[in-house]
Amino acid sequence: MGRFEIRWHGRGGMGAVTAAELTAMAAVKTGYYAVAFPEFGAERRGAPVKAYTRIDDEPIYEKTPIEEPDAVVVLDSSMVGQEAVLHGLKSGGWYIANTARDPEEVRKIIGRDDVKVATVNATKLAMEVFKAPIVNTAMIGALVAATGIVPLEKVEEAVRDRFPERYVDPNIKLLRQAYESVRKVV
Amino acid sequence: MTAQLPGWKSLPPGAVITRPGSTVEYKTHDWRTLRPVIDQERCIRCRLCWLYCPEGTIIELDKPYTTKTGRKYTRTYEINYDYCKGCGICAQECPAKAIKMVEEVR
Amino acid sequence: MAGKKKLPLSGNTAIAYAVKAADVDVISAYPITPQTTIVEKLTEFVANGELDAEVIHVESEHSALSAAVGASAAGARVFTASSSQGIALMYEIMFIASSMRLPIVMAMATRALSAPINIWNDHSDFMAASDTGWVMMMAHTNQEAHDDIILAYKIAEHPDVLLPVITAIDGYFMSHTIEPVEPIEREEALKFIPKKVTWSVLDPDNPVTMGPLGTPEWYYEFKRQQHEAMKKAREVFDEATKEFEKVFGRRYEPVEYFMMDDAEYALVAMGSVAGNVKAYIVKEARKRGIKLGLIRVKLFRPFPAEEIMEVISNLKAVGVIDRALAFGSSYGGPLYGDILSAAYTRGVDTPIVNFVAGLGGRPVTFRDIKAMVDATLALDGKTRKDVPKEPYFIGVRE
Repeated sequence: MGRFEIRWHGRGGMGAVTAAELTAMAAVKTGYYAVAFPEFGAERRGAPVKAYTRIDDEPIYEKTPIEEPDAVVVLDSSMVGQEAVLHGLKSGGWYIANTARDPEEVRKIIGRDDVKVATVNATKLAMEVFKAPIVNTAMIGALVAATGIVPLEKVEEAVRDRFPERYVDPNIKLLRQAYESVRKVV
Repeated sequence: MTAQLPGWKSLPPGAVITRPGSTVEYKTHDWRTLRPVIDQERCIRCRLCWLYCPEGTIIELDKPYTTKTGRKYTRTYEINYDYCKGCGICAQECPAKAIKMVEEVR
Repeated sequence: MAGKKKLPLSGNTAIAYAVKAADVDVISAYPITPQTTIVEKLTEFVANGELDAEVIHVESEHSALSAAVGASAAGARVFTASSSQGIALMYEIMFIASSMRLPIVMAMATRALSAPINIWNDHSDFMAASDTGWVMMMAHTNQEAHDDIILAYKIAEHPDVLLPVITAIDGYFMSHTIEPVEPIEREEALKFIPKKVTWSVLDPDNPVTMGPLGTPEWYYEFKRQQHEAMKKAREVFDEATKEFEKVFGRRYEPVEYFMMDDAEYALVAMGSVAGNVKAYIVKEARKRGIKLGLIRVKLFRPFPAEEIMEVISNLKAVGVIDRALAFGSSYGGPLYGDILSAAYTRGVDTPIVNFVAGLGGRPVTFRDIKAMVDATLALDGKTRKDVPKEPYFIGVRE
């Protein structure tokens, strides 16, 4: 597989850091090496937040932020199109966004013909399940559906390990719904 | 420096003093310039000197004493001159002015 | 021990799990970023009954370490943790803990010192502690951070050592990064580090005096003892790591060598930046035919001068990466200072150059490492007289 690097963009409280961790956990369960870490700074609710997941089939030595991701995941629809999100995204990489828009429309907004785009209306799905816009597990579903980087069931295992009993089922439901409803343009 | 003191190899680690009560071997009386003297006639046995002494050198004795005017006490207070440093707090605090600081003659 | 369950743990959580496994009696700490989540996790363990320990809530780091000293003097197995200004505030008591020979273990999530206020990583706090008489280690994976706690109690409580131990990880780069970690269970940890009071303690039945006055006739002898205890700490580190490997299957050396077998040049580094150097060696240097290796210093106090010099003496040129600056010193970075003294006393002539990088959390990128490698290679065929007298300040804006 080689190296696969993911950068997560959200706002404080949306669960971007947890998404990065769950994806790393799922990758370790799949048999890869993986690390996850937040952008280092003063955390505060509502502020833009970055988190990172590094996956490899070789040991991972680097301890630095990801500058040229293979995929970016946008948890907050208001951030779609922001320069900071696109920064360093590899040609041929994935742009995965929480939005009601079509992937083609998003591709026009970001102005990058050389990247693959996947979209899912994670906010709507999360509101139905949680009555709150907690979109992190939905966005992992979208990432996994688009990239196939880890099997969905390994993410489900990670969710079971990570969350208290009462949050497991709704999160897995949301994960699967997002996985099913992702739309993509390659 | 001092030949008879133990070297680093034989001292307990961390400067721990493992023999309890060894401080009594260190007599601090030679710090004294003035020596407190209790006038048993004036002393009213109020115990304040015993309370105030920072070194615990006031000794309370079950030793009866009768003053010249016939007043009877069951206790007597004396000073342990091995450790009294001569600070004078007892004399300062004594409400009966029964303690005098006199020059130490060695 | 293969096939054991690995958990995805941050560096801080990995440390908390090890402290729980060590079954500490007292935790005394004050919150400070990026260390906070170590003690946060531990108080969670105590609150839910997984760890039977006394948590002492204090009003400052000065008090945190003072309470740790008191608890250790009473015979408790004690843990504390801090970072940056917290270490600075503990400074006074750090000397007292080491000279009273109390086997306290402190985890440090390294962070820059103010001013300006900076919560990000460098080694200024760690290096400021280098002469406090504590045994000092620095990990570079979360597994190592976890294992170091267990090793730390083994070394600290050894009757020939009886010194407090600092186990450090890089703030954020490790403290907040999730990696797979195989946690040591309490039962196996306590077989390796049985709870036995090996030091003099306050006991009403056997009274002792601790922390007395040490007049000029007495003081020096106790300092000489501390120097000897540090030498013993090295012997015990070697024994402990060997035993650790037998029990847990993971081997730790005072110095880690990476691709050094055929190396002609090396970078010397500590902590997370060593990971970046490893990645650079594999992905860049070796592909360009540069025989570059890494010497990662794990044990910092006592300093493993002998083995580092043995390796360096055979190289063409060496670069030392410091994530701290000793202002006004004759050398530049503190690690470089130790390396240079070791080279002088062992008669090593290899040109050795200093790089100061990554201060206040600035990432040390491949471009930075390339600049260091280029400057190191430029000393090939030169003598130590040709080494720049000032460090290279890598990644700073002019």
